[in-house]
Amino acid sequence: MSTSATAAPVRADAPSGGVRNWKNPILLSVLALLALLVFALGAPANDVTFRLSDPGDALALPELVLSAPLIGWITALGMLALAAFVVARTRRGEPAPRWLLAAFAVLFLIGFLTWVVGSARTPNVALYGLLAGSVTLAVPLIFGSLSGVLCERSGVVNIAIEGQLLFGAFAAAVAASLSGSAIVGLLAAAVAGVMVSLVLAVFSIRYLVNQVIVGVVLNVLVSGLTGFLFSAVLSEDSETWNSPPQLPVLSIPGLSEIPILGPILFEQTIVGYLMYLAVAVVYVALYHSRWGLRTRAVGEHPKAADTLGVNVNRMRFTNVLLAGVVAGVGGSFFTLVLVSGFGRDMTAGQGYIALAALIFGRWNPIGAFFAALLFGFATNLSNVLSLLGTPVPDQFLRMLPYVVTIFAVAGLVGRSRAPAASGIPYVKG
Amino acid sequence: MKLELKGITKRFGTLVANDHIDLVVEPGQVHSLLGENGAGKSTLMNVLYGLYDPTEGEILVNDKSVTFRGPGDAMAAGIGMVHQHFMLVPVFTVAENVALGNEATKAGGMLDLSDTRAKIRAISDQYGFDVDPDAVVENLPVGVQQRVEIIKALVRNAEVLILDEPTAVLTPKETDELLGIMGQLKADGKSIVFISHKLREVKAVSDVITVVRRGKVVGTADPGASTTELASLMVGRAVSLTLQKEPAHPGEVSFSVRDLVVQAANGQRVVDGLSFDVAQGEILAIAGVQGNGQTELTEAILGLQNHVRGSILLDGQELLGRGVKDIIRAGVGFVPEDRSVEGLVGSFSVAENLILNRYDQAPFARGLSMSSAIIEKNADEKIAEYDVRTQSAAAAAGTLSGGNQQKLVMARELSRPLKLFIASQPTRGVDVGSIEFLHRRILQERDGGTPVIIVSTELDEVLELADRIAVLYRGRLMGIVPGTVSRDVLGLMMAGMPGDEALAQATNVRGEMQ
Repeated sequence: MSTSATAAPVRADAPSGGVRNWKNPILLSVLALLALLVFALGAPANDVTFRLSDPGDALALPELVLSAPLIGWITALGMLALAAFVVARTRRGEPAPRWLLAAFAVLFLIGFLTWVVGSARTPNVALYGLLAGSVTLAVPLIFGSLSGVLCERSGVVNIAIEGQLLFGAFAAAVAASLSGSAIVGLLAAAVAGVMVSLVLAVFSIRYLVNQVIVGVVLNVLVSGLTGFLFSAVLSEDSETWNSPPQLPVLSIPGLSEIPILGPILFEQTIVGYLMYLAVAVVYVALYHSRWGLRTRAVGEHPKAADTLGVNVNRMRFTNVLLAGVVAGVGGSFFTLVLVSGFGRDMTAGQGYIALAALIFGRWNPIGAFFAALLFGFATNLSNVLSLLGTPVPDQFLRMLPYVVTIFAVAGLVGRSRAPAASGIPYVKG
Repeated sequence: MKLELKGITKRFGTLVANDHIDLVVEPGQVHSLLGENGAGKSTLMNVLYGLYDPTEGEILVNDKSVTFRGPGDAMAAGIGMVHQHFMLVPVFTVAENVALGNEATKAGGMLDLSDTRAKIRAISDQYGFDVDPDAVVENLPVGVQQRVEIIKALVRNAEVLILDEPTAVLTPKETDELLGIMGQLKADGKSIVFISHKLREVKAVSDVITVVRRGKVVGTADPGASTTELASLMVGRAVSLTLQKEPAHPGEVSFSVRDLVVQAANGQRVVDGLSFDVAQGEILAIAGVQGNGQTELTEAILGLQNHVRGSILLDGQELLGRGVKDIIRAGVGFVPEDRSVEGLVGSFSVAENLILNRYDQAPFARGLSMSSAIIEKNADEKIAEYDVRTQSAAAAAGTLSGGNQQKLVMARELSRPLKLFIASQPTRGVDVGSIEFLHRRILQERDGGTPVIIVSTELDEVLELADRIAVLYRGRLMGIVPGTVSRDVLGLMMAGMPGDEALAQATNVRGEMQ
């Protein structure tokens, strides 16, 4: 409640018996009981086959054949044990350790996969394809959340990720179609992202308009503009305007033959490789460079940065523009890699999921990367499962990524700390 | 380095914050700027530091006119500033904070903090600061954070150091250490501009004292001048610094706290096992450096804190676990420490703010409607009684000055019969003239037989008002001592020494001196 700038003295000898938080134990107990009911008691009687590599690969791994009831019982009992452990710890006033939450999530995932695939008409799934597809679907999310990292770390809330992705996708399709070169499309996407960013930056930094409102308005604007141009121009003559050449997949010889990891890491288009590069570069630069130190400073305590001669608003402006480049390139993935050609509102809310990945990843590039992978996995799983023919209705499967998002942001993320000045315009004096 | 301000004027719209101020800071001198809150001291220093552009006037460094477009220019000219609210990024390490804006880099823009660490260690050793370059700032005590601010200025080769109200957040011991550091800096040839409204400290360290009132320099004083002289120069009229008060006649104990524990969300015990009683007709002052659990204690009594254990009894009834409204109805009056955030609604009128605690009761409310005539009449009465300087009862409360806002909050809280009165920082940021008035009202409430709790970080105020003094340190009670106890004893207790030890030690020291 205190608004003073001084911190309370920190107690090194904070006694055990902290404030008991029952959120985790309750959540874990409910999930464990659910697992017992569904994965164990409701397990299908058949075996489940996980294919680990393509039969045509140089290094073929054997298929993994598991008994669905056995795995169901093992994972359910394991989760119950972990939940009981967390309950006991909470009663003693100790928080649940992080490794335990991670172990619980892994058990839940194994149990769920085995149950859901086992219940399908064909209880046989290519695990390598499931994972590689997850990464593919996660690529635009990762670019989107990196764009969010760049903005929010410097103190500007970026709701316009959706608009940046969509405009990037549109520009990439049009520019690549007209020029006949996918690379030109890629560059155009970056420029388009910067254009959206420019509007965001001018209104939120220069004119101090509420950043969330500018972002939402930009999303609606881009959606309307591209939708209009799509029906007025692109659909009229899609041969000229909307048939972009695809970016080729560049396999790295040898490395791409590694089972499971090979296709994920070494069999990507240039956008895929740029994604890995961007995560690494943003991470290193944010925590180890002069630019990163200043970025974090203006996002945490802009006045302190200003009194040391850092130009707060210029710093924010460049970061928002940089974020546009990143998100724009991410948008090109939709039209140059995923499908051939632009479609109305084809980003379908991915920008908002990227925002969730940013929060779930605690405003850290690496965290956002893994969070986006989780969302990509959820999306791909729902796709694969509907092909396999599961007993779960299709509509529920398509909810999966969003349910995961809500759980991730509301429940599992714990106390995450946004940059202190994020969303607050800086006015001198 | 010689620093000179000539005819500096700063206007914000129609408000004149600085009116043709002239000031000369000679090398190796401690130059104090003495003035009340709102006199324009901080504005002047922000002009000097390049944060504000002066409307008129010029700044001279070594007799040459300079213009500062931003703090960067001021730093380059050798001016360093330690702000009242520290300009430190809490999640950064000391080294990162010191390096910011002035970073050494390796190839590719990568940070190189090794040089910064070495400089911090060197300065730390030279002045005995004991600062670890790799500690995270938010984990450091306030006094150490302040040293980090001084290091920031020294690393940038500051010749003139501006210290803006540096002692407001310090314990008496830390204050003494800071005054010592200022002496060392002066001996090294640095000039210091010391901004304060605390007469005792200004007298102790200054070579020259310039007094500022309502944006103007009203004179200079000799450090040898008496505190009464300085105070009347600062306020503009004769003031009595001591309150004449009758001894208390405590009645029966009607408020008691037992084994109170308040935990922060992270489990830290911010109030740790407090037990005390307050009798009717006495003032218990809670002293301590800011952030030692005072806020949480008062908020726990009012029902504003989660995670509270123990017992809070008012007239034999348990307050713990009841809602805030219920507790207010039970007769608890509360003046919060930050009036502008918690004490009033700035965009509401003075009249509306005066009934915030009774807006839904007769005579102000009639069924679903409110009776504006009665609300206005109430406002007119209170404005007259408490001498609230406002254009009208309909003016927004946020437009009043700090002192008048405080009178407004006090008027509202004392406007109904109370069973307990709690005032946090009752005179923070209030001009010396109003302080006396507010103190008298508090005494009046005491003499009417109400148990009163005053929370204050100002020792002067505590000693002025208290019948008994409880000292908090890190959420624990260091002891309850009589209101007549000496400043030294309180200082020791505020630094974490139990009351009986502090009393014994203070007596010993006095014995040795004689």
